[in-house]
Amino acid sequence: MHIVVCMKQVPDSAQIRVHPVTNTIMRQGVPTIINPYDLFALEEALRLRDRLGGEVTVLTMGPPMAEESLRKALTFGADRAVLLTDRFFAGSDTLATSFALAAALAKIGQEFGVPPIVFTGKQTIDGDTAQVGPGIAKRLGLNQLTYVAKIADLDPTAGTITVERRAEGGVQVLSTRLPVLVTMLEGVNEIRRGSLDDAYRAARATIVKWTAADAGITDLGKCGLRGSPTIVKKVFAPQARAEKVRQVPTADVSTEALAASVMAEIFKCQPALEGELMRFSAGP
Amino acid sequence: TKRELPEHFKAYKHVWVVVECEHGVVHPVALELLGEGRKLADKRGVELAGVVLCGDDLTAALVAAACFEHGADLVYTVTDPVLAHYRNEPYTRAMTDLVNTHKPEILLLGATNLGRDLAGSVATTLLTGLTADCTELAIDDEGSLAATRPTFGGSLLCTIMTLNYRPQMATVRPRVLAMPARQIGRWGRVVVHPLNLAEDDIITKVLRFVADRESDKAQLAYADIVVAGGLGLRSAENFQLVRALAEVLGGDYGGSRPLVQKGWISADRQIGQTGKTIRPKLYIAAGISGAIQHRVGVEGADTIVAINTDPNAQIFDFAHLGVVADAIELLPALTEAFRAHLSVNRLAG
Ligand SMILES: Cc1cc2nc3c(=O)[nH]c(=O)nc-3n(C[C@H](O)[C@H](O)[C@H](O)COP(=O)(O)OP(=O)(O)OC[C@H]3O[C@@H](n4cnc5c(N)ncnc54)[C@H](O)[C@@H]3O)c2cc1C
Ligand SMILES: Cc1cc2nc3c(=O)[nH]c(=O)nc-3n(C[C@H](O)[C@H](O)[C@H](O)COP(=O)(O)OP(=O)(O)OC[C@H]3O[C@@H](n4cnc5c(N)ncnc54)[C@H](O)[C@@H]3O)c2cc1C
Repeated sequence: MHIVVCMKQVPDSAQIRVHPVTNTIMRQGVPTIINPYDLFALEEALRLRDRLGGEVTVLTMGPPMAEESLRKALTFGADRAVLLTDRFFAGSDTLATSFALAAALAKIGQEFGVPPIVFTGKQTIDGDTAQVGPGIAKRLGLNQLTYVAKIADLDPTAGTITVERRAEGGVQVLSTRLPVLVTMLEGVNEIRRGSLDDAYRAARATIVKWTAADAGITDLGKCGLRGSPTIVKKVFAPQARAEKVRQVPTADVSTEALAASVMAEIFKCQPALEGELMRFSAGP
Repeated sequence: TKRELPEHFKAYKHVWVVVECEHGVVHPVALELLGEGRKLADKRGVELAGVVLCGDDLTAALVAAACFEHGADLVYTVTDPVLAHYRNEPYTRAMTDLVNTHKPEILLLGATNLGRDLAGSVATTLLTGLTADCTELAIDDEGSLAATRPTFGGSLLCTIMTLNYRPQMATVRPRVLAMPARQIGRWGRVVVHPLNLAEDDIITKVLRFVADRESDKAQLAYADIVVAGGLGLRSAENFQLVRALAEVLGGDYGGSRPLVQKGWISADRQIGQTGKTIRPKLYIAAGISGAIQHRVGVEGADTIVAINTDPNAQIFDFAHLGVVADAIELLPALTEAFRAHLSVNRLAG
């Protein structure tokens, strides 16, 4: 079975600043990593491959340097890596991103076999929208399974899959037909270390690189900034609060006296609270 | 850049809120959105509609009533047994049908698992823009929706607009917007919309729904009083001091992200950007430094009390009341002070 995992390369954590003049995000010098949520998707794909046989292809749309992340994924044990890279993709919002990734997935299907399962992470740590997975599913007509905590059953011959999905207030057990798009919940597995063989293979592997044209995209108006209905109007740092904190004096007081004055100050801030607490502690 | 809105989009009017009501319970985020939607609709001089997708007529009627009482002028209902449990396919179908028929200019959803799953599909089907996880919604001078959202873990904010496509879509996190007051007896119009789908047409089946055990469910997001701890507490054992204070106050408890990573608390008790947003009347943070990712989850609290040994801790930049003290000593004393005060006054009262 052929499985594709979509992975995004993201800037590491919150070491991001805005340029004070242009208000653009300064990514230079910030180290990049594989979006941490995507590693849960990758591990799940590798486990399915180990159990059922087949191949795992990882796919990234991004700048040429995203090759690093793909090579890293190969060291974990992925079999093939595809980098979709073209200046026409710059400035893509989620609609344009899902368009480009869907085109690449269709091309992957032609070249290396149609994947019955496409994985994405739950969301990224930079854009953080969780919209790309559902976007790909809709564009390719895949059955959509989001926030999957567990793949309970998968029968490639019958073409069926059963999963446990995190829903509001509980877990849904869903069954559907392949092909599917699965967005994997975080914390459900742990990425393997990968073998020494994988490391050697990754170092020498050729990463498949496709431009928009290579991926069969003819309508460039659907790509990048032009293909993005959302427009980022401005980026700015959160406002500091005008009001200053009121410090409860702590010098030369016992812990008990301090507790008493903190309680008094709380009631001063929230005059209604004392009565409400009284009613609560008196019970129904 | 704004162009002349294409002709076929000019008919798009009104503000819609998708009212999540799985298992017959209205998700509070929908009411919060109606409160905000009311302001947007008034600013635009248009109507506010709730959209109710559910499995039976009784639920539809009850949920519609809640919509009117929280500001809706009208409610679109799509009632069909296939909508009883959330599934992407029939919900996306119902939503896109409704939008194509009645043409809203603004479409808002809660940034819940349901809302995010549905919004992504609807926006892609309609080929329009969708802004995720907003914390602020406004109408700009030209009448467009300006949706502001935190990004890069809350260290930055950005304002995003969908100028040349309709509807303008956004999801908003629970507890970020204020809950509007309920106006009892307020009423409006109901517009019933059919769903021409049979169960056999739908590929995905819900085999079971396993509700979370009541005791496991952190009601954190909606608690009036929340006490939380951070790494300053130094051990899982000391974290019990947080629970004890929460218990005396009849509140709920939570913590910063590192406590989840250390296994001191479960993931559903994490407060902040990648955890829960809370909006209590009283928030007490003990041994929490106040990193931006934590801050964005608690800023909506009416009163923030910070206990921290470091007078320069970031949390004092946004707390209302600061106490430079050792939380491990102060927490039990505070618990005792509240306990004594409440029991004395109970006897007196
Ligand atoms: C500050 C900021 C705010 C933004 N806000 C919005 C917004 O509100 N609406 C909007 O439409 N766009 C927004 N964008 C643009 C959006 O980040 C990009 O479209 C991005 O390419 C994908 O979205 P995401 O990071 O949110 O991914 P998500 O939808 O959160 O990603 C889900 C999964 O999709 C896969 N995936 C995502 N991107 C790629 C990729 N390039 N290659 C391979 N797999 C991928 C991964 O498996 C990932 O786990 C924003 C961008 C920034 C920088
Ligand atoms: C992408 C991303 C997402 C994140 N999401 C979240 C999130 O959702 N929620 C979240 O909380 N964090 C989140 N974080 C982590 C965040 O950046 C901080 O690292 C975290 O909030 C710090 O936790 P803390 O305040 O408990 O610990 P620390 O920062 O270590 O602070 C401990 C504090 O306790 C004080 N202290 C020490 N001893 C005592 C004592 N005896 N009494 C009183 N005070 C004492 C110290 O002065 C210090 O201020 C995220 C980070 C990233 C990169």
